[in-house]
Amino acid sequence: MTTPDGPVADEHHEILDCLGQRCPLPVIALARRLPELPVGTVVRVLADDPAAAVDIPAWCRLRGQEFLGTSPGPAYDVRRLS
Amino acid sequence: MGDLVRTETIAWADVIPSPVYLDAATAAPLHPVARQALLAALEDGWADPDRLYTQARRARQLLDAAREATAETLAVRPDELSFTASGTTAAHGAVLGGLAGRRRSGGVLVHSAIEHSAVLHAAEQHVARGGTAVEVPVDRLGRLDLDGWSAAVAGPGVALAALIAASHEVGTVQPVEAAAAACTDAGVPLYVDAAQMVGRVPVPAGWSVLTASARKWGGPPGVGLLVVRKGTRWESPWPADEHESGRTPGTLNLPAVVAAAASLRAAAADAAAEAARLSPLVDRIRARVAADVPDVEVVGDPEHRLPHLVTFSCLYLDGEALLHALDRRGFAVSSGSSCTSSTLRPSHVLEAMGVLSHGNVRVSLHAGSTEADVARFLAELPGIVADLRAQAGVVGL
Repeated sequence: MTTPDGPVADEHHEILDCLGQRCPLPVIALARRLPELPVGTVVRVLADDPAAAVDIPAWCRLRGQEFLGTSPGPAYDVRRLS
Repeated sequence: MGDLVRTETIAWADVIPSPVYLDAATAAPLHPVARQALLAALEDGWADPDRLYTQARRARQLLDAAREATAETLAVRPDELSFTASGTTAAHGAVLGGLAGRRRSGGVLVHSAIEHSAVLHAAEQHVARGGTAVEVPVDRLGRLDLDGWSAAVAGPGVALAALIAASHEVGTVQPVEAAAAACTDAGVPLYVDAAQMVGRVPVPAGWSVLTASARKWGGPPGVGLLVVRKGTRWESPWPADEHESGRTPGTLNLPAVVAAAASLRAAAADAAAEAARLSPLVDRIRARVAADVPDVEVVGDPEHRLPHLVTFSCLYLDGEALLHALDRRGFAVSSGSSCTSSTLRPSHVLEAMGVLSHGNVRVSLHAGSTEADVARFLAELPGIVADLRAQAGVVGL
């Protein structure tokens, strides 16, 4: 799942800066923002809480969105599917 | 004034329900038999069993009887069983002693990704001292990757393999006998952490080293079990000491050991009936939580699981806030969420399974848990979750 340079350099990017926020705040921020964006949009969540590495992919699975991977940052890329 | 006080007392009695303890997987309430044995042994078993006077001989009799009773329950030989100062000490001894005894065969420890932290901390020390640890993953239900396990234990230089018999966090029961068969084929001893099984369900066969913890079955805190089967290469990792066949240092808390042994025998005698009583309650929690609480993930294997333990995670909720809210309503539960841990890391078990780690609640039942307790928990949980979500402004996300 992890790619070295970020998987989606050419696609539209929205960045959610959740650095310094404790879980579940980064997941909540993602859940608020993603539905406001067009289907297909990729959001990059910047989150340094270690739980984000578990909870962002799990949220994508529960909500039917696509988890694209993790980049250094740590940054988590999510594509809106529906 | 007197009337006012009385009125308030009556009002509070109506408002505050009796507490419901649902954290048996951490420590079950003391079994009545344990209490009785503990009090008797405090009178009778305070002397050092290794000394050569009357009081010491009485203490020795109590220790020997405790060992025989416990060994009989576990279907092992008394000289294979040592009491330790805690389940954690037993787990450390199992890992480090198992590795030390086989250092000529190599320095590799194979373990599942969902071992108890006591096992993982022993593994970290082994690695820090130049050893190697190979972690075998689990699937989303918390089931061991058996192919990965078999390949790992067959690798070069494996000294010991460690597998938790059933997950203390999510209740998934592991394929211990198949894992043990792979170890036998590879000539590697298997250490099984059976802390959540002993006194509740039959422990699978095939292991060489086993540990357990008395407070999980209703014994007192501060007593662990370390069983090393005959023919297993095990060498004490501790400084030399004569207690407990040299397997664990220091004088035992004999009254607690006696209480642990008495309560284990009582718990094991009731285990099948208790499992049959608690398993449907856990089924009910699994089904009702999934149906009545929106956006919840019930985790762990729905079939191959412990009879008394269930775990779920509530989307968008802070686990600590949820625990406190439940505590205010009289429910004692635990959580694998990062905000509830001293390290502020999520549970490595939930992480290994790839399931939601925030808003996590573990409910674990015991002999005193009633259907009414479970019914009240299930009646109140949806409202508690809804209130917290409303406060956090996350309704409808």
